[in-house]
Amino acid sequence: MDKTINNKAWFLVLPVFLVVAFSAILPLMTVVNYSMQDTFGNNQFFWNGVGWFKELLDPSSDLGSRFFASLWRNLFFSGVILAIEVPLGIVVALAMPRDGWRVAFCLVTLALPLLIPWNVVGTIWQIFGRPDIGLFGYVLNNAGIDYNYVSNEFDAWFTVILMDVWHWTSLVALLCYAGLKSIPDAYYQAAQIDGASRWAVFTAIQLPKMHRVLLIAVLLRFMDSFMIYTEPFVVTGGGPGNSTTFISIELVKIALGQFDLGKAAALSLVYNLIILIVCWLFYTVMTNAGAERRPVQGGA
Amino acid sequence: MARIDLVDLAQSYNGNDADIESFALKPVTMTWRQGGAYALLGPSGCGKTTLLNLISGILTPTRGQILFDGTDITQASTRERNIAQVFQFPVIYDTMTVGQNLAFPLKNRGVPKAEIDKRVAEIARLLDLTPDLNRKATRLTADAKQKISLGRGLVRSDVAAVLFDEPLTVIDPELKWQLRSKLKALHRELDLTMIYVTHDQTEALTFADTVVVMHDGRVVQSGTPAELFDKPAHTFVGYFIGSPGMNIIAAEVSGREARIDGRTIALTRGYQALPSNAKIEIGVRPEFVDITEPAPDLLSANIERIDDLGRVRFARVKVGDVKFAARVPAGFAPSGTQVGLKFQPSHVHVYADSRLVEGA
Repeated sequence: MDKTINNKAWFLVLPVFLVVAFSAILPLMTVVNYSMQDTFGNNQFFWNGVGWFKELLDPSSDLGSRFFASLWRNLFFSGVILAIEVPLGIVVALAMPRDGWRVAFCLVTLALPLLIPWNVVGTIWQIFGRPDIGLFGYVLNNAGIDYNYVSNEFDAWFTVILMDVWHWTSLVALLCYAGLKSIPDAYYQAAQIDGASRWAVFTAIQLPKMHRVLLIAVLLRFMDSFMIYTEPFVVTGGGPGNSTTFISIELVKIALGQFDLGKAAALSLVYNLIILIVCWLFYTVMTNAGAERRPVQGGA
Repeated sequence: MARIDLVDLAQSYNGNDADIESFALKPVTMTWRQGGAYALLGPSGCGKTTLLNLISGILTPTRGQILFDGTDITQASTRERNIAQVFQFPVIYDTMTVGQNLAFPLKNRGVPKAEIDKRVAEIARLLDLTPDLNRKATRLTADAKQKISLGRGLVRSDVAAVLFDEPLTVIDPELKWQLRSKLKALHRELDLTMIYVTHDQTEALTFADTVVVMHDGRVVQSGTPAELFDKPAHTFVGYFIGSPGMNIIAAEVSGREARIDGRTIALTRGYQALPSNAKIEIGVRPEFVDITEPAPDLLSANIERIDDLGRVRFARVKVGDVKFAARVPAGFAPSGTQVGLKFQPSHVHVYADSRLVEGA
């Protein structure tokens, strides 16, 4: 089909453009502005050029070392929760009933953690894990396991990861379930006739058919976990020490704790850039995978 | 390769105790000859896919038995039955190449690699898939994918029968014809029992040497295309096969005469003992009724329109309130809307409660 050229269409786009300009572009430019300057308060600013960025990307400086330490923590965290949530979500989706009233029951139950606000999730786990009054912490300690997320790094990480798995595995499971439901029965029947084992059905049919929803799930979970702030902040406050201080927590410390607007602005721009790049990578991978598959849908 | 016997086979989706009229497949006993090409023809929802799935083992029957070459396999799994089935939509394994797709059923059965390669090469040659063996199966067109689905069935050397569940639904018309010829050629070459489910009579009549017509969960007739055309065993068969379908009209039949609207139509066979309280109808194909000028001894009808099919013209008429189709003889032009109908007596059949009554 030929594209119709109609310049009047721009008038329809203009309001959106204005809204986006005021809500996103102008605030972002303010951050860019801050990132190039230094301030000692009193609304006095001094030009600093790319100084903050240089410092940020130099691991030997204070700012740089804090940035890289939290960046690795973030990447490690995202890696771990993806490695747990994606396979677990698939297993849960495979175990779900395919029809009957139990479907509705499972869907609602699975959706529950997704409906809880982030800081409530944090509070739940903060109390749940306490050795004195929290069920989880109390049981573990009584079972002879020395568990204390306030003082032990490993326990803190364990709690934060467990919390995220509890909170978000449902999302992966629901997406996978949707992917599984869209597989026509004929595939299973054909596999039965071809004598495929359960494992062969999974690798030859279910996994390839879930490929697209899995990409979406991985993208969503990566973005969300990479930007995580509220839950670890509520549970561990970034501690013990700095062991669970993620980039977002570091950012708030610098911007609001130390009121280093320049450093914080530079950090948030780099943070933003990393997320954009990862987004773009995922998007490219997904659309390319889609392009490969498109002739199939056209043909079928 | 096998002869398939169905013994009192029935399927109900509401359990064995449900009313027999609610069964998706009413009890049927029949034999599918080894090497036969069968078409299972009927409208959507008539139970033909149910019957097919019972044979392939996707469904377990509520009642009855299925025998392959005399061995009861009613409870055997799909895998043990050595059935190949091609579905309405091409089923291919996305991540595999064409060759891997074809090898899949053999690999699952633990066949040695050398044997697999040999079979795959052979089947690919039969189906003209050899140039595509190393391509990803997802990149191929719908008809090639259907050939892969078929190939996965044929690749097993011991396959008992090949079942097709409306396999050409998603294929373009000109490729449909090619693929159908391919199926016929394969049938001749491999001497396999093939059962082909369709609701398209052209497909059924061109593919099969025996057509099994199903209606409302019952097998109403099984025979050659010519038998179905000349002597439908059920008014449904008459109506479903042929275009336009058979004319069915209520009549009073006694001896060698049928009376409609006070006019007499001669019959070649005599009907003495018709059931007294059954609904009696006569059926005659439009090809064997000519319209002529009205005459006092002919059944009269009103012309609604004339369809010109090129080779032949059919008049759509009404006898009283009943729709009727009749041939317009070459060169005949009706002078008014009122015409007479002239029947060829040997092609007029009598039906009692929709079932053919054999005359003597």
